[in-house]
Amino acid sequence: MFQYLIKRLIYAVPIALGVSLVCFLMVHIAPGDPLVSVLPPDASLDLQNQLREAYGFDKPLPMQFLLWVWRALGGDLGYSIATGRPVAAEVWRAFGNTFMLAVLAAMFGFVVGGIFGFVAGYWRDTWIDRVASGLSVVGVSVPHYWMGMVLVIVFSVQLNWLPATGAGPGGSADWVWDWEHVKYLIMPALTMSVIPLGIVARSVRALVADILSQEFVDALRAKGLTDAGVLLHVVKNAAPTALAVMGLQLGYLLGGSILIETVFAWPGTGFLLGNAIFQRDLPLLQGTILVLAMFFVSLNLLVDIVQTWLDPRIKRA
Amino acid sequence: MLKPAEDRGGPAQPLLTVRNLVKHFPVRGGVLGRTTAVVQAVDGVDFDVAKGETLGIVGESGCGKSTTARLLIRLIEPDAGEVLFDGQALGEVDGGLTLSELRRQTQMVFQDSFASLNPRLTIEDTIAFGPKVHGLADKDARARARDLLGKVGLNPDLFGRRYPHELSGGQRQRVNIARALALAPRLVLLDESVSALDKSVEAQVLNLLQDLKAEFGLTYVFISHDLNVVRYMSDRVMVMYLGRVAEIGPVEELYANPRHPYTRALLSAMPSMDPDRRTQEAPIAGDPPNPINPPSGCRFHTRCPFAEDVCGKAVPALTATKADPAHRVACHMIDAASGHSKAGSLA
Amino acid sequence: MTAAPAANAQTQTAPATASRGYWAGVGRRLVRNRLAMVCLAILVLIVLAAIFAPYIAPHDPYRGSMIRRLRPIGTDGYPLGTDELGRDMLTRLIYGGRLSLFIGIVPVLNAFVIGTALGVVAGFVGGKVNMAIMRTIDVFYAFPSVLLAIAISGALGAGIFNSIISLTVVFIPPIARVAESVTTQVRNLDFVDAARASGAGSFTIIRVHVLGNVMGPVFVYATSLVSVSMILAAGLSFLGLGVKPPEPEWGLMLNTLRTAIYSQPYVAALPGAMIFAVSICFNLFSDALRSAMDVKV
Repeated sequence: MFQYLIKRLIYAVPIALGVSLVCFLMVHIAPGDPLVSVLPPDASLDLQNQLREAYGFDKPLPMQFLLWVWRALGGDLGYSIATGRPVAAEVWRAFGNTFMLAVLAAMFGFVVGGIFGFVAGYWRDTWIDRVASGLSVVGVSVPHYWMGMVLVIVFSVQLNWLPATGAGPGGSADWVWDWEHVKYLIMPALTMSVIPLGIVARSVRALVADILSQEFVDALRAKGLTDAGVLLHVVKNAAPTALAVMGLQLGYLLGGSILIETVFAWPGTGFLLGNAIFQRDLPLLQGTILVLAMFFVSLNLLVDIVQTWLDPRIKRA
Repeated sequence: MLKPAEDRGGPAQPLLTVRNLVKHFPVRGGVLGRTTAVVQAVDGVDFDVAKGETLGIVGESGCGKSTTARLLIRLIEPDAGEVLFDGQALGEVDGGLTLSELRRQTQMVFQDSFASLNPRLTIEDTIAFGPKVHGLADKDARARARDLLGKVGLNPDLFGRRYPHELSGGQRQRVNIARALALAPRLVLLDESVSALDKSVEAQVLNLLQDLKAEFGLTYVFISHDLNVVRYMSDRVMVMYLGRVAEIGPVEELYANPRHPYTRALLSAMPSMDPDRRTQEAPIAGDPPNPINPPSGCRFHTRCPFAEDVCGKAVPALTATKADPAHRVACHMIDAASGHSKAGSLA
Repeated sequence: MTAAPAANAQTQTAPATASRGYWAGVGRRLVRNRLAMVCLAILVLIVLAAIFAPYIAPHDPYRGSMIRRLRPIGTDGYPLGTDELGRDMLTRLIYGGRLSLFIGIVPVLNAFVIGTALGVVAGFVGGKVNMAIMRTIDVFYAFPSVLLAIAISGALGAGIFNSIISLTVVFIPPIARVAESVTTQVRNLDFVDAARASGAGSFTIIRVHVLGNVMGPVFVYATSLVSVSMILAAGLSFLGLGVKPPEPEWGLMLNTLRTAIYSQPYVAALPGAMIFAVSICFNLFSDALRSAMDVKV
């Protein structure tokens, strides 16, 4: 197990470096001088040269990359062009909001999707299976940003029950867990939960059906185990794979929140990305993507390790 | 039309001469995927195959039979050793054999009749593939394929346009034989080619192989773990154990007077129809040792009832028996000077 | 011919059913799946409508009128209402299929070609080449797909071409992974060794023996990505990163109509319903294709 851990950690290093390289090159594939993207449009030539040196744009690319990685490791992701504030601080603030949203959505999506999938897999090829499977196909096929709009139309425009956008009554300054704030969270979280719901339901259904078709289940039944007992065995066997699917899905939610946050004006990383794109604020775009991608890489690592730890069949050598 | 290549060295020159053939497979593992061990799949194998004969190779699974076959047709590269085909080595500076020519003259029939046929090609396309690679026009290659289907007992009009999954195991193996013959080879390697078939089908295919051998003047290397089948098919038999030759000799001599303790154990484990020939030797216990760390000296010494100190130290050389110089055994009990307490007793 | 093989010939009876190619069987199984056929019909209808848009659309997709902005569904002459610039919704939805389908499907096609090529080479050659290709792919795989699409599109700027590039990059890694794993399985089958033993070179073996066995499963997998690609492509336009106004495209229409959800909520939701319809039909059809081909990816 220890050797596996070391091996997996070492393997993650080149991936993390590759991911940072892609983020770094983003600014360089952007059309035009990379400096222009970090400069206010009315900058003087003097300021340009000064900044070129400060950012290290006068050095060769590999050098610039190392410099950039070094700064990023120290928590310096540069400054936003639009606000002039440090990118790291902006991302950090937004990340909390997105994390809250994603975890809530993931929990809801996993529970509902898991139940759907389990029910469908356990009573395979019955009407229950057909309904649950149908709903999960809808879940993976629906454009979630559109679903968010539909929810707004129903619950905000028509029924006027919930606020359409934002993250709290007086702007988005401080989050409190009371109804006044939570009601802003309901629709974005519900919309977001649809993303993992369908996939979790499908995976769990396949998993349960697969396990039920294995011989050991027949052996358990032959041993005189009750349905509940068989169920427990199935849950125990399905857990590691289900966990892996869920871990990945949480990562996708964190990285893919931009469309939903745009619809609901939720002040998270996705909203930040949307603003950065709209204002062509490349340092902010780069920094946010780097943080999200790194989080995804770490999450993958964690899921892998936990899955290996839970499932004795996966080789640990 | 493809014709068999000309005989070069005359009937006295072996079709195949193998000297000190070695193949070790690295086992990767550890943190950075370094080579942590080697599997000594084939470790210094010597033998000849005369023109027109069938050499049987027997041994337990993992003894290097299949690796040897794949080395002969260069599906894998040997680490060391020499393979001469009708006196020619591969890629010699002048007069050497090209890889393509070697593979035209040597063909192979695999064990798994299903995995060795491309599921997306018709039978006819599969057989015609080789001739096309060697420059035959599509029409001629197809004509050849249909002709060969007839030779292996499959009506080309009924079977030519079918796909592998529509055929039975025996029929598929006939197709594999036809495919091997499509390039007019001189040597055919039969790697457990009948092992997966039902007994009745197996007999039919074995008879077909005998007929084809006579008709096309082929030479066979017949690999099997089934001692009865090997005895039926072979002129000479080679017994392998953990990547080395234990014993080699003419089939009747070897089956009547097995010398190597391993061969004796193998043969005694073979069910006999004759009540007078009851099992005398104790069957070998346990599984063969791991080829990653094979035993030193004689590789069989860990399971041999006659093992002594010398067996774990020195590697026994293949030594001819007094009765028949063609019968050679790698055992310290053959060599009078080996230091074994029973030295010379088997000679 | 000797006597024995001839005698053998009589014992070999041909199977009873007439021989059919693999694809004929797949087609037969697919046609029997009613749901898949309904989905196919809807998709064909939308595609045909998009192709023949100038002949069937009742109005000009670009010309609007300030006096008939945001009419409700069921307005005389404008059965699906009008948008925020007074353009006919039905017309724009029909025309919108052109760009929406184009920017949704083309990236998957591109990725299918490039990803299959990369995966087959990596799987067939193995060793260091495999390492180089697959580790690079792993890096792109380490991004959540939406984030990667937005990162590339955001850096390159808005535009149809850029959005196709970014989505192509997003879909190459998963396709290459599937192609690599299928190729590795196929490469280890004996018929590849038999082909090599026939003296064929790597290129011929890939062309004749590998591609035919790899393309099927990879194609099925690629069709399952079309639905995601449609949603993502429209999503990029929705964010202002794809198609630029005034072109009719479902994602962009959804974005510009967002301001109208209070006055004409049903009209505003229409473009999303189109994306949903196409996406779910592709998904169901892909599922049916998968089971008809009996592919496990």
